[in-house]
Order: sequence, then structure tokens, then C-alpha cells
Amino acid sequence: MANLRTGIAFSLIALCVVAAVFAPFLAPFDPFRGGADALLPPGSKSFILGSDHLGRDVLSELIFGARVSLAVGISAALSASVLGLVVGSLAGFFGGWVDGVLMRTSEFFQTLPRFVLALVIVAFFGSGIFKLIIVLAVLSWPPIARLVRAQILSLREATFVEAARLSGMGSLRIIAREILPNALAPVIVTGSLDIASAILLEASLSFFGLGDANLISWGGMLNVAQPYLRQAWWMAVFPGIAISLVVLSFNVLGDALNDALNPRLQETA
Amino acid sequence: MNEIILEVRQLVTEIHQRRGWLRVVDDVSFNVRRGEIVGLVGESGCGKSMTAFSLMQLFPTPAARVTSGQIQFEDRDLAKLTADEMRRVRGAQIAMIFQDPATFLDPLMTLGNQIAEPLRAHNFAGNATARTRELVAQMGLPDPELMVRRYPHQVSGGQKQRALIASAMACAPKLLIADEPTTALDVTVQAQILDLMRDLRDQTGAAILLITHDLGVIAEMCDRVYVMYAGKIVEHNTTRELFRAPRHPYTQGLLRSTVSLESASAELFAIPGTVPNLNELPTGCRFAPRCPIANAQCKQEPPFVANDASAVACWNVERAAASDIWKLEIGS
Repeated sequence: MANLRTGIAFSLIALCVVAAVFAPFLAPFDPFRGGADALLPPGSKSFILGSDHLGRDVLSELIFGARVSLAVGISAALSASVLGLVVGSLAGFFGGWVDGVLMRTSEFFQTLPRFVLALVIVAFFGSGIFKLIIVLAVLSWPPIARLVRAQILSLREATFVEAARLSGMGSLRIIAREILPNALAPVIVTGSLDIASAILLEASLSFFGLGDANLISWGGMLNVAQPYLRQAWWMAVFPGIAISLVVLSFNVLGDALNDALNPRLQETA
Repeated sequence: MNEIILEVRQLVTEIHQRRGWLRVVDDVSFNVRRGEIVGLVGESGCGKSMTAFSLMQLFPTPAARVTSGQIQFEDRDLAKLTADEMRRVRGAQIAMIFQDPATFLDPLMTLGNQIAEPLRAHNFAGNATARTRELVAQMGLPDPELMVRRYPHQVSGGQKQRALIASAMACAPKLLIADEPTTALDVTVQAQILDLMRDLRDQTGAAILLITHDLGVIAEMCDRVYVMYAGKIVEHNTTRELFRAPRHPYTQGLLRSTVSLESASAELFAIPGTVPNLNELPTGCRFAPRCPIANAQCKQEPPFVANDASAVACWNVERAAASDIWKLEIGS
């Protein structure tokens, strides 16, 4: 059962990645070019998923939208993980006032309401895709930093680290070989869950019209679909499904990674 | 007689507590010869393990320090080495194995990597992979090819301890410190691990400092024994002599507390009282409050221990030797 679920999630993510990478070749129409065929329902005139109010193909828009969602989600989660890893390691290894300052800073960021802050920042500084990635990264690093710090604090006292010291390993070697590998698994898991929440946040911002106006994104598609909900349900339903499935898939992926990265949960080889 | 490779003189180790520094190892002197198995025996909390960590200059609790004393290992005093010099001694010259093999192995590292790690840390010149295979085979682990790819959770407790010993022996240390190496294992595996350690001593010529509370293990393994009580060594002798004629009342009591097949039906003997709190040690002999033959002198002056081949820290050795003092205790 778990394997089937993981398999479906993986396939959906793979599909999404393929769509994003090969969008110009896969999309049946140019998603930026409208036409006279506005608001046609799915299936009519080779518009497989229908057309929007400007006569653009919804399927082609979805395929190009995957680029924005994945790019934003993955880059934001990756930046947040790296930032969190660095801050958490510094806090965990050095302790003392370094730890105090870094952790109070992370608490400050954690107390900020993510969505409202994202709204404010984008409203002030404009809505380019890179700005969005930076905003998302800045908002998501604190939990990872705290996780890494906690891991390092407990691993520093672990008996196998003590044993490594007693076998003459130096500090750097112990950090690289014993502590980081043991601390990394939860970071990777949290990072993959962060992809999902970054995609969701990007979609929300775009839905409120604060996405990158020059790009097609799923949230943006939902935004323009609002006035046409009664006439053209397909304009809202398909991007909605895409967002839900991708977010769900990354969550399932996080779970699967958690199992896979923990050798204690593996079957005996 | 082989040469002495480890000579510890007047070692004092303290740990920091709220009330100040507490002496957990107090004026301890002992030595180990090349290829010899020396036992350090005593109750929990008597300072056995802290003595071992003092030799390594590394403590599981940060607030511990070697305050004074010499740790002469071959031609160097370990207490005087710099941190980096000491790091090069650990694992290469002196290795250590522990009571609970499970928690001393990195759960995310295969046994093969774990065994090879000290080799890499000490820049082993030869082929580390080949040396690892050789060690695994030497430890009597089945199917070396498969074993080196296993993770700690995939093997049994005895196999974990063998892997840990392999890792300790990787750089062919001259001294192996074994801190309760068999306490967490069941009896049959225990015997196998002890056999293995003795074989390794015979093959490699490494000396072993065996720390245990189990007199059975001492009797089976050791050439000489040091008996520790409340941070001090109270008696030392060859194993044969110590078991034949224990001289310190504490040693006599310890030996009487062991279970044998003959005495299994009788009531078990236990030394009355408990080990004194190190915060409130008696002024005289530390064993005096529990000793059946303690007199006024014992309660005021700590006994002197001569550092010769067989020594005992007791004011009343003659009286202790003359009669079965613990029998009197039971009788009264």
C-alpha cells in the first residue's frame, strides 16, 4: 500500500518535472497567445482542457505553470535548507552566545505570520520570481535551523561520537563523518515538505495577484479564473487539481524519504 | 617478565559538581606490562571507568579533569601531551572498547566503514579495505563480505561487540582498555568474547586493561588484579594469589559475595552497608564504616599503600589474614 502511494507520488512529480523541462515541446499551443476561441469547454476544438477568457489553451498554461511552481518550490526549499543547515550547525557546534543570538533570531522569524509577511514584502518590493524565492526561503529556514541544532546537540553527546573521539578522530572528521550524516536525514525530509509548502505559498500569492505577472503560474490561473467560475469551471478546477496533487505528492515523498533514509527502518539486506 | 608499557603514578581525577571538584580517582597507581591482561575490579561508582577515561584524556562528561599524576605510556607522559599529540595516541596506540556495543556504533555507518574509520583517521598506509576484511575474519565474524556491508541494527549484540573490538584493534594498539566489555552480553556470548580477547592478546601481543565488576571474568582472564574501592586502589596482586589469599577485608568480602555452584543453595552474602558518598568520605580508611575489624586507627588515618608487587591498603592485614572475618560478621 505504502509502495503504491509512493509510486503514484513519484510518477506525478516526475510527470511535473518532465512537463516543466520540456514545456515548449509538450504544450499543444503557445500559452501566451490568445485567440477568438474564448471560454471553450474541455474537448472542443482540440482544447483538451478547454480555453480561458482570452482564448488560451488551459492545458498549455498548466504545462508552463509547472515550471514556475517547481522552480519556486525547489529553489526556495533548497535555499531554506542550506540556510537552516548553516545556522543550525553554527548554533549547535558553538553554543553559548552564538547559539543564543541565532536561536532568538530564528524565533523572531517564526513568530512572523508567514503569509501576511510574504504579502507585505511582495507588495513593497515587487513580485519577481527571484524575490519570491528569497522571501519564501527567509520565511522557511527557522524550523530547519532548530531541527539541525537539536540534532547536533544530541549527537555531540552520543556515545558513538565519544567512541569516535576515543579512536583518535579529529573534530572536523567527526563532524563530517559521524554528526552530519546522522543529522541530515530529518533535514532532507523537512526540505521536501518545504517544497510543498513553498509551492502552496507561491500559489496563494499568485492567487492574490502578487505573483510574477510575466509568468504563467497555477496560482495566477486560479486568480484569473475567479470572475468566470460560473461560465468556465475548467479554468479553476484544473490548476486547482494540479496544485493539490503536486503538494500532496511532495508530502508523500517526504514520508517515503523518511523511511528510506533511516537504515533502522530498512529490511535486512 | 615483560617490560612495563603503562605506568600510572598517583593519578588524581576530579569531576565538577555543584559543591566543587570531587575526587573520583584518588591517588591511583598501577602498571601494565606488554602482553599482559590486568584487571581493575570494583563496585559501580568506585572510579574504574573514570580511571580508564583518564588514561585516554577524554571524558564523557565535559566537567572532568586529570588534576595530577603521571601516565607514563612507553616513553611518554600522556598527561603532558598536547591535544593533537594525544589524539594521535587514541585509537592508534591505546584503544578502548565499551560495555554497550550498540550505542558505541554509528547507526548510519556500515560495520566495514566503522572498522576502517580508525585506519583512515590515523592515515593507514596499506590497503584499508583488505585490512578491514582481515580484521573481520580475525574476529570470527561469519561471512566477512556480507558483514562489512551490514548496519549495526542488522547484527546481534555479540557481533556488534566483535565489530567494536575489530575497530579498536584496527591500528594494532599496544594497549586495549576494555570497560565492562561483556556486561551487556549473555553468558555464552560473554565467554566467546573473552576467548576472542585472549586470542587477540596472544596473536598481537597487545596488553589489555580489563575493567569489570565481575570476579568470574577476572579469574578467567587476568594475570594480575587491582581492586578499587571509593576511588582508591585497596589491593593488588597476581590473580592466583588474590583469589587464593585475599588480604584486604573488602577483597575478602567481594570474593565471598560471588555465587558458586556449591554455595548456590545457601543464602547469598553481601557486604553490609554501601559505598560511601564521595562528598562525605570518612577521614580514615574509606572502607572502615563497613569493615568488621575496623579499629580506632582505621577510622582516623588512611592506610598507606606500598607500591610493590603485591600491596594492600589495610592497617590490620595480619588480623584479616588470621581468621575468616566475614564469618564473624555473619555470626554476630
